[in-house]
Amino acid sequence: MAQVDIQGVSKVHFSIKGEPLLALLDVTLQVEQNEFFSIVGPSGCGKTTLLNLLAGFEQPTRGTLHVGGKLITEPGWERAVVFQEYALFPWYTTVENVRYGLQRKGLSDAEQRRLVDHYIGLVGLRGFESRYPRELSGGMRQRVSIARALAVNPSVLLMDEPFAALDIQTREYMQDELLKIWQSEPKTVIFITHSIDEAIKLSDSVAIMGPRPGRIEEIKTVDFERPRDPTDPTVVRLAAEVKQWLRQQLFETKQTVPA
Amino acid sequence: MSAKPITNEISAPASRPPTRAAAASPDAMTQLAASMVPPPLPAWRRVLARIARWWLLIAFVVVWELISTFRQRINPQLEVMLPPPTAVISAAQDLLNRGVLFTHIFDSLKRVLMAVGTATMLGVPLGLAMGWSPRFRNVVDPLLEFIRPIPPLAWIPLSILWFGIGDVQIVYIIFLAAFFPVVLNSLAGARDVDPYLVRAGLSLGARRWTLFSTVVLPAALPQIFTGMRIGLGIGWMALVAGELVAAPSGLGYMINNARTLFRSDYILLGMVMIGALGLVLDYLMRQAARLAMPWHRGQ
Repeated sequence: MAQVDIQGVSKVHFSIKGEPLLALLDVTLQVEQNEFFSIVGPSGCGKTTLLNLLAGFEQPTRGTLHVGGKLITEPGWERAVVFQEYALFPWYTTVENVRYGLQRKGLSDAEQRRLVDHYIGLVGLRGFESRYPRELSGGMRQRVSIARALAVNPSVLLMDEPFAALDIQTREYMQDELLKIWQSEPKTVIFITHSIDEAIKLSDSVAIMGPRPGRIEEIKTVDFERPRDPTDPTVVRLAAEVKQWLRQQLFETKQTVPA
Repeated sequence: MSAKPITNEISAPASRPPTRAAAASPDAMTQLAASMVPPPLPAWRRVLARIARWWLLIAFVVVWELISTFRQRINPQLEVMLPPPTAVISAAQDLLNRGVLFTHIFDSLKRVLMAVGTATMLGVPLGLAMGWSPRFRNVVDPLLEFIRPIPPLAWIPLSILWFGIGDVQIVYIIFLAAFFPVVLNSLAGARDVDPYLVRAGLSLGARRWTLFSTVVLPAALPQIFTGMRIGLGIGWMALVAGELVAAPSGLGYMINNARTLFRSDYILLGMVMIGALGLVLDYLMRQAARLAMPWHRGQ
């Protein structure tokens, strides 16, 4: 069984009026150990729903999700999440936020200190250990969030549009940093984004989702050497291909959905 | 064109303006920042600026003094209607000398603190539980919302029957007044916790009690303090009402007793003491909140 195994997952949400909506239809995919796997698609295609199911925040209406051979029934540290809006605990400092999951795991004080120190160094936050989140910039907050998630040593790291709230320069810098971290400490990553360029820059595989109902349309393998130059012709070609395909999708959807 | 490779990195120009180079060192940056702000005001201007916020209060006291003495000159018997601030001060001296002022203050403070303390100890856990568990809220809410609109003063007759005249009865009235703001604010605090923080806690392995103590409680703390401040304010009002009706001592008793003696200077003294003590208690509460929530300062 693959590290992450999603089999025939459908999810029904309800609108405020109580009408059932098909958020996901029959999603099946596998993610291998230490693979960097991105999921792209327009808003409303169900990519965040899929991540919530993987995190255990919601339960599928049909189908099963396994991580490391274990059926997902509730949230847990083996599937740590990095949220778009960071979701750092405002009442904890950088160190206390990173230590949070380690305390819940019941590690010894010495072990907690060692891991906290290691991950704060890894994300480049030395000197900011005793700051509260609101004293940090957006990019730094996301570093704390990444360190907090990595510190518990999850078997898969779930990232929900982690860089979407950052300005474009900070975003590109954080992408490079994330790649460095991932290369120094390989880990299975599931990365949700609406940016095709971001997905192609980072991932081994890119799943493309379509809306109404949310489903996996295609999975592309990206096997160019990293670091990837966004101006390299093969990268440009792949990105253009995916974008064109998505545009076509949106156009067709518009044709079939009454205004 | 030279065969310079195109890279993603931005190379620094050969010569940078001197100000930028200077700005690179933190010390120089601090100096630069300091040179940009206007120089500090001279000492007398700063003293004046500090007094500025008290001007209206001082003017109020002065006008009060003038009106009182003016009316007194027209008809000396009118003094009893509105004694001047100076008369209130001498009344305070008088009661201090006789040793009764502190007794009244102490008794009133004791009752308020006991009542608000009890309201906090019972109201915060109840409110948090209601905010956290919709099921619990649904069960408790009807009873609570039925009792809440009954004014604390309406409880006075029954409470005298139950507890007699004394500390317990007055503490009970103040408790009723302070309890509901404490409950409702704690409830709102726990109910409105950012759901993403709860998810973050869950996915990092927090459950039940740890989730509550590390996420829900600190998230609700600002609201809990707000509830306690409101409870303290309303409790202070209920104290006076309670003591006016039936009490062996306290500031409310002092005011009522002075009324029967026609001593309006004592009445005003009681009112001033209540105002000043309310201010002090609220200040202390805000300081406590600052200490308890270092991450929340300046917000």
